[in-house]
Amino acid sequence: MDEKVTREIFPRDSRKSYGLVELMKKTAPIVKKEPEDTVYVWPNLLMIEIICAILVTVGLMVLIQFEHAPLRSLADPSTTPNPMRAPWYFLGLQELLVYFDPWYAGVVLPGMIIVGLMLFPYLDVNPKGVGYYTYSERKFALFNYSFGFAIWWITIIIGTYLRGLDWQWYWPWSNHLEHMNPALVTLIPLHLIFVNWFHVSEGVGKLFGDIIFIGYFALGTIIPMIVWKPMYKAMGLWRYLTFSFFFLSMMGVALKIVLRLLFNVKYVLVTPWINI
Amino acid sequence: MLQKIKNEIVESQIFKSVFRHGYPDNDLDRAYAIFSSVFLHIHPVKVRRSALRMRYTFCLGGITLFLFIILAVTGIWLMFYYTPYTGLAYRNIKDLQFVIFGGNLMRDLHRFAAHGMVLFVWLHMTRVFLTGAYKAPREFNWVVGVVLLVNTLVLSWTGYLLPWDQLAYWAVTVGAKMASYTPLIGQNGPWGPQLGFLPTNDIMFMLLGGTVVGQNALIRFYVLHCVVLPLVVTVFLAVHFWRIRKDGFSGPL
Repeated sequence: MDEKVTREIFPRDSRKSYGLVELMKKTAPIVKKEPEDTVYVWPNLLMIEIICAILVTVGLMVLIQFEHAPLRSLADPSTTPNPMRAPWYFLGLQELLVYFDPWYAGVVLPGMIIVGLMLFPYLDVNPKGVGYYTYSERKFALFNYSFGFAIWWITIIIGTYLRGLDWQWYWPWSNHLEHMNPALVTLIPLHLIFVNWFHVSEGVGKLFGDIIFIGYFALGTIIPMIVWKPMYKAMGLWRYLTFSFFFLSMMGVALKIVLRLLFNVKYVLVTPWINI
Repeated sequence: MLQKIKNEIVESQIFKSVFRHGYPDNDLDRAYAIFSSVFLHIHPVKVRRSALRMRYTFCLGGITLFLFIILAVTGIWLMFYYTPYTGLAYRNIKDLQFVIFGGNLMRDLHRFAAHGMVLFVWLHMTRVFLTGAYKAPREFNWVVGVVLLVNTLVLSWTGYLLPWDQLAYWAVTVGAKMASYTPLIGQNGPWGPQLGFLPTNDIMFMLLGGTVVGQNALIRFYVLHCVVLPLVVTVFLAVHFWRIRKDGFSGPL
């Protein structure tokens, strides 16, 4: 008898202070598995935990023979180091400052990453793949997780190894002591590109940018609703809209990195208040 | 002979008063050993054989917890030698490096255990993700896990300031500067100035206790790093572990 049947026969009642835990056809305390194959935590699990703890301690002890905690000169507000690097786990965010304004790269995007991660279990409606490693049964979920963390780790690697003085791009074989000429790269907002191409006014150019920005989110939401109808049906409207917003935002970060690195585009959306 | 000594010990009044059960060489005492101990009763008495498979969990969550314990122990040790005062903090670290016995050992352990904790939190999260362990009924424990991840990062970042060297000062200056760009409540953020937020009253001012990283920022980061955040992590860890027991282990049946 599964849980549903039990609940039908013995419905939960808030007026009762007691409850029937479960009805089962089996004789073992664990359902769906016979014969019982449990083992005692003492010593089976505790031994594993102790061995892990010893290995971690040994690993740390070996590591600190070769590498020491850094200590630079005394803090000096009048001397800014160049380049100035955040701790490695924040280098991804620091690198994103190249592609977005600080309010987005430094505040809104980290917030969205945290909220997006928290929402993941509520947005993933695929019931398969619990309790074992699988790729084929959860391709899309794995794609999302890997894609997000690929951006995270790639930007960390760029920030660590490919950025030098003035946070300019330095290859490992470049001269890291020589300042690059910042005039070599001129960033332009997308609307000025339209102004140049189509000889329209700046206002119309901005309108094009707005249309591209809004169109990206609108079409990116509507097209999958039609093409992958079963997925949309399974998720329901609000879950789908939430997912779509986070998914397109994540893809947007990657798109903006490409636009910036290959075409020197500074902003797509230009408004008097915010630019993205 | 050894057997006799062992029996003398485990049957003594002191042993029994401390452990309240016999030596765990039989199933009954093994069960008692777990559930009559405040430290061990976080475990169930028995687990499925398959839940012990290393290639499922890789012990990543356990390693993260162990690193947190190392950080607590070395951190408390370091607190004995550290003064959260801009005129002394850097010299205290120099003393740890060159004068105090075991200073380098403890500082290095603290530093690399911190790096390790960030890394292992992420690895653990990836493992949980890859095995679909965040799915119903464990959604909420994943949320608790994300809270712990964020807390780990903030703990690392607040600790970064304490040595009061160039690395510390500028990394925190850059990070705090970010806060001033917060929309609505930051002096440089969209709609911040329009809503009346200035360098002297915005979110960055609240974080640093001033307009620049100085003594107030140091004491704030010190209290956050040594008291507030470890407490928050401990509370959420308790919930995290409790929920594993309540929601069930995700492993293969």
